[in-house]
Amino acid sequence: MNATWSRFNITSIVLGFAFLYLPIVLLIVFSFNESKLVTVWGGFSTKWYVSLFHNQGLMDATWVTARVGLISATVATVLGTLAALTLTRYTRFKGRVLFSGMVFAPLVMPEVITGLSLLLLFVAVGLDRGFLTVTLAHITLTMCFVAVVVQSRLITFDRSLEEAAMDLGATPVKTFFQITLPVIMPAIVSGWMLAFTLSLDDLVIASFTSGPGATTLPMKIYSQVRLGVTPEINAACTILIAVVAIGVVIASLANKRREVQRQLDEQAAQRG
Amino acid sequence: MKSLGSIRRDFAPWNDPNAKPYIQFDNVTKKFGDFTAVNNLSLTIFEREFFALLGASGCGKSTLLRMLAGFEEPTAGRILLDGQDLRGIPPYRRPVNMMFQSYALFPHMTVENNIAFGLKQDGMPKPEIASRVAEMLKLVKLEQFAKRKPHQLSGGQRQRVALARSVAKRPKVLLLDEPLGALDKKLREETQFELMDLQQNLGLTFVVVTHDQEEAMTMADRIAIIDKGEVMQVATPAEVYEAPGSRFVAGFVGNVNMFEGKIARGEAGSASIDAGNGITIRTDNAGTAGAGTAVTFAIRPEKIKVSSKKPAEAVNAIEGEVYDIAYLGDMTVYHVRLDDGQVVRASTMNAARITEDPLSWNDRAWVSFRPDAGVVLTR
Repeated sequence: MNATWSRFNITSIVLGFAFLYLPIVLLIVFSFNESKLVTVWGGFSTKWYVSLFHNQGLMDATWVTARVGLISATVATVLGTLAALTLTRYTRFKGRVLFSGMVFAPLVMPEVITGLSLLLLFVAVGLDRGFLTVTLAHITLTMCFVAVVVQSRLITFDRSLEEAAMDLGATPVKTFFQITLPVIMPAIVSGWMLAFTLSLDDLVIASFTSGPGATTLPMKIYSQVRLGVTPEINAACTILIAVVAIGVVIASLANKRREVQRQLDEQAAQRG
Repeated sequence: MKSLGSIRRDFAPWNDPNAKPYIQFDNVTKKFGDFTAVNNLSLTIFEREFFALLGASGCGKSTLLRMLAGFEEPTAGRILLDGQDLRGIPPYRRPVNMMFQSYALFPHMTVENNIAFGLKQDGMPKPEIASRVAEMLKLVKLEQFAKRKPHQLSGGQRQRVALARSVAKRPKVLLLDEPLGALDKKLREETQFELMDLQQNLGLTFVVVTHDQEEAMTMADRIAIIDKGEVMQVATPAEVYEAPGSRFVAGFVGNVNMFEGKIARGEAGSASIDAGNGITIRTDNAGTAGAGTAVTFAIRPEKIKVSSKKPAEAVNAIEGEVYDIAYLGDMTVYHVRLDDGQVVRASTMNAARITEDPLSWNDRAWVSFRPDAGVVLTR
């Protein structure tokens, strides 16, 4: 591989990163803008962060989003894991193909359609739109993602682990909780995090299924932007970016550490 | 006293008509859809026996083991353990433990927790579990690895953990599915003897599944040769080798030369076999085969002598040409092409450093053997 930095390489990297990150950098920079005008630099200030925390509407929306995310991700993880178990373990039941198709359909379904159909359903059964309906809608949206993540882990799961546990006297229930669940736990956690993230940034489905008093953060930001971008929104977005970035960094550091540890372990094992 | 093979056995309950079988497969059939994995098979295994199921992959030997462990139920027939019918008893209530081919160590548990797993399921008190685990770790010489996770161990160490875990509960029967398959050759040979010692010391019944005939011959008291879901022969390693019951068994275990022919003349066990092209073989082991019966004469390579001149006293001597020679150090293998085109394999131990009668490629040579050296097979 050619390791020297040609002019062409530098140009393409700069252009690429600029394309990806310039909007975000601008957003972060202007969140520290003294001026109320978004596009005119008026000096450094953190006042928008302060006023953000006094904006009751935004704070409420954040709280709603957090609760919807936590609840929907948790329920979706339970349901998605069960679906994945069924799909990988009971390969011969009637209607399996239909079931698996139906579990994974929301993955490719346009969100507008999911949102609209859920809205129609909630209206039809007379469910008042609000916190409950958004949460239910997000469970529907994210369950299939959890199922995909957990299923891909279960496919490579060594069934003889479960047989060994049963052979040693563990009932099927004990086997599931003492062996299967701990072994596939990393996949379940990733599934949960994926579901939480999806719920966190969903705007379309939430717009369809939410009602008064259950405005999520993306909805709030979107509606405020329509009235004109304020630096407060920039500040809110910067905090969101920071939270996500910290999460990603922690996850990749943990991964890296595990990888290094695994290599050390294997070397130790080689030495005996 | 003369005996078949080089071992004299004191432990031979299968020859005792009063001995009670410990494990019994009674006309067991197992079908997976249209595929018959085990076909109307019957077997008996005795207490404290080291029993090997030997066969090529896909012959149904693993299915037998899995039925004994309770992971599969027979489609027909029954399996008895110590007189008790095992049908319907789930794996977690059977007094047998299994060592898996993949070892199936629990990756999220330390070595000691792996070994303690089965004991905990039984509700054994904690101090007893601790002492049993310590005892098992000592048995497999892994004391200093107690706190390690399986991925921190080498292949050989994992194999020992799997073994310790499967014997920790003191099962009545230990099932071993290709226990040494994942080890390299040298480690495998060492471990074979360790397994035999362990079985002796613990006084357990071992049923081992293997496709490696050398492994089965080394370790087992008796070997069942399985092909296409059926038992071809159950016998001691020496009997399987020296007195195979069929062409399949003779060809499956070790190397063999086979001559097709017809009994020309026979009385009281000894016979002359007309093997065509003017070759006549005289044998003492014709059994009950009468004149005119189509038979196969099977003889092992090490029982054939190769010489440049026809041995004066030889009863059976056939002339040919040396076609290939392989010098292996401890022995030399000759391929001699007889005048009718058949190639005979003969091996000679290099008991001395100097060979009196050296042979080379394309030399004329005689292959000769005693009348009791081969066996006559009718199946």
